[in-house]
Amino acid sequence: MITVFVPRDSAAVSVGADEVAAAIQREAGDAVRVVRNGSRGMLWLEPLVEVVTERGRIGYGPVSPAAVPGLIEAGMLAGADHELCHGVVDELPWMAEQQRLCFARVGVIDPLSTDDYEAHGGLRGLRTALERDPAAVVAEVTESGLRGRGGAGFPAGIKWKTVLDAQGPLKFVCCNADEGDSGTFADRMLMEGDPFCLIEGMTIAAHAVGASEGYIYIRSEYPDAVSTMRRAIDIAYAHGWLGENILGSDTSFDLFVRVGAGAYICGEETSMLESLEGKRGMVRSKPPIPAITGLFGKPTVVNNVLTLASVPAILADGGSAYAELGVDRSRGTQVFQLAGNIARGGVFETAFGITLGELVDGYGGGTRSGRPVRAVQVGGPLGSYVPAGQFGLPMDYEAFAEAEAMLGHGGIVVFDDTVDMAAMARFAMEFCAEESCGKCTPCRVGAVRGVEVIDKITGGDDRDGNLALLNDLCELMTDGSLCAMGGLTPNPVRSALNHFPDDFSSGAATQKEAT
Amino acid sequence: MAVESAGASVAERVRAVVEAHRDERGALLPILHGIQAEFGYIDPEVVPILAAELNLSRADVHGVVTFYSDFRSEPAGAATVRLCRAEACQSVGAEKLVADAEQVFGVKLGQTTPDGSVTLQQVFCLGNCALGPAAQINGRMYGRLDRTRLVEILAKGAEA
Repeated sequence: MITVFVPRDSAAVSVGADEVAAAIQREAGDAVRVVRNGSRGMLWLEPLVEVVTERGRIGYGPVSPAAVPGLIEAGMLAGADHELCHGVVDELPWMAEQQRLCFARVGVIDPLSTDDYEAHGGLRGLRTALERDPAAVVAEVTESGLRGRGGAGFPAGIKWKTVLDAQGPLKFVCCNADEGDSGTFADRMLMEGDPFCLIEGMTIAAHAVGASEGYIYIRSEYPDAVSTMRRAIDIAYAHGWLGENILGSDTSFDLFVRVGAGAYICGEETSMLESLEGKRGMVRSKPPIPAITGLFGKPTVVNNVLTLASVPAILADGGSAYAELGVDRSRGTQVFQLAGNIARGGVFETAFGITLGELVDGYGGGTRSGRPVRAVQVGGPLGSYVPAGQFGLPMDYEAFAEAEAMLGHGGIVVFDDTVDMAAMARFAMEFCAEESCGKCTPCRVGAVRGVEVIDKITGGDDRDGNLALLNDLCELMTDGSLCAMGGLTPNPVRSALNHFPDDFSSGAATQKEAT
Repeated sequence: MAVESAGASVAERVRAVVEAHRDERGALLPILHGIQAEFGYIDPEVVPILAAELNLSRADVHGVVTFYSDFRSEPAGAATVRLCRAEACQSVGAEKLVADAEQVFGVKLGQTTPDGSVTLQQVFCLGNCALGPAAQINGRMYGRLDRTRLVEILAKGAEA
């Protein structure tokens, strides 16, 4: 029996993986076992078909359903050479040069196979954690230097310690899987490709802080991640990985999936908590912090998917091993996501410190359109635009902050030289106006005024006066907003203005169209 | 049409959805998803029923329904096309795809075609940012879309 892997990841499915899997099964019949794995993260090769051979897993991609009969005739099932053949997938530079901790199993295993999970190192972290005192588990996470991967980069160990020290019979662990930032998709890929890893990470967190109940808040735009996580949770209960006395220990933990309803703001932690309570996703003022007064007023750990999914490896191999990777105060690995107008887009997990240029020009291969890169937006819709001239920047939280940019969740969106940066600045304000929760005035009203004032600038209406007004407005939004939505929207606006002022002169867009 | 009996059955169906989630903490969102799955939309007339069942004010329920863009107050078309307009898809031509789709279907974003076949919506990010422009059509994700492929997918869906 030959084993063939065809991803079930929704990005692979979006370009025909289901049809390819069906075609292979139809053409090869009982001779093959088709396993639907997660994606390896080389999204430009999707659908990437892998055939298990003595040499290793041989990859073919991108495979269209129509190409399947020809590939099988050419000997794909024996790993034969072909113009779509890339050789042994693990030996490709893209794969071999990564340091995959979080994503170690994604694309490798059948996401819902507990045997696969354990055979590839799963549960080692949880078993280690359950043998230790909660405080020792928190200390291990603190030693690792792990910082929140959702964007803010707050040290996870300190957050956990606060919840551990908070008194109360009921505590929660909440996973923020409301991955709304454009250019980020690693949370989705992990949930679809290795859901047990997130369950394991959350269970370790529950043991560490004394929580008995957990929620994974997944955005409704990710229906495949929702169904995979729900199935994985059912399987985990059946295996004693969740519920009462987990793996024979004293720890009990119940885990639930909750689905968002199309509100970007619910990626902000307090808004997510409101939403989990069944309310409008209105941002709360901080303090009190969620670690002390969180979900339903109880002490609550709120962490991003990748933060929690990094925890099993930290417990399995030790916090110091994790801390050896990375630079300065950015320890361990980050899952970078190459997106937008890029030749080779996907997920690249490596230690902090790699430069922006190595990722975009090197691994990413520049733009998909073949035109020069003009700007990249790092860290989602609230992140700054960085010009190609700053590609020497190392990917770490502090270096980016110093350059008035933001690493965020590690998403990098590439634009070629046809981009109109004034239009992108206007879109940032438009997006903020659309998605603001409306609680604070700088964000709710400021974003609407921002769109208007940018229109006046590009329309040539008192340009200098309106530029001054825009700067004023940005300063007010930064200083006066309740949360990052209004507070960081000026990032893309100001960076576009600083690096690409010519785009804001009247008639710039029409001139661009003419060229 | 027997308005009263139809009304009673709506209330029964609403209560059944509520019962299925009664033991969950902060159950309003799961209930609203359940109502929309049951009826295809959230009719304003179910708001008072939900309020009574959950011991909330009508204003509270109405406020939650209207906060979230997923909840619709009227039925959608046979096919729902959600086009991604976020930055990553914009960098590979999402705005042009939106213009094309509006032209092909003859409606603007947020509208349903007069024959009820297609509802066109915008969405900000589907998590398919390396294979844009992306769209979600009846819950399934599609990547590397252009006008031709979009029309093809919908034509195939209509046959099935």
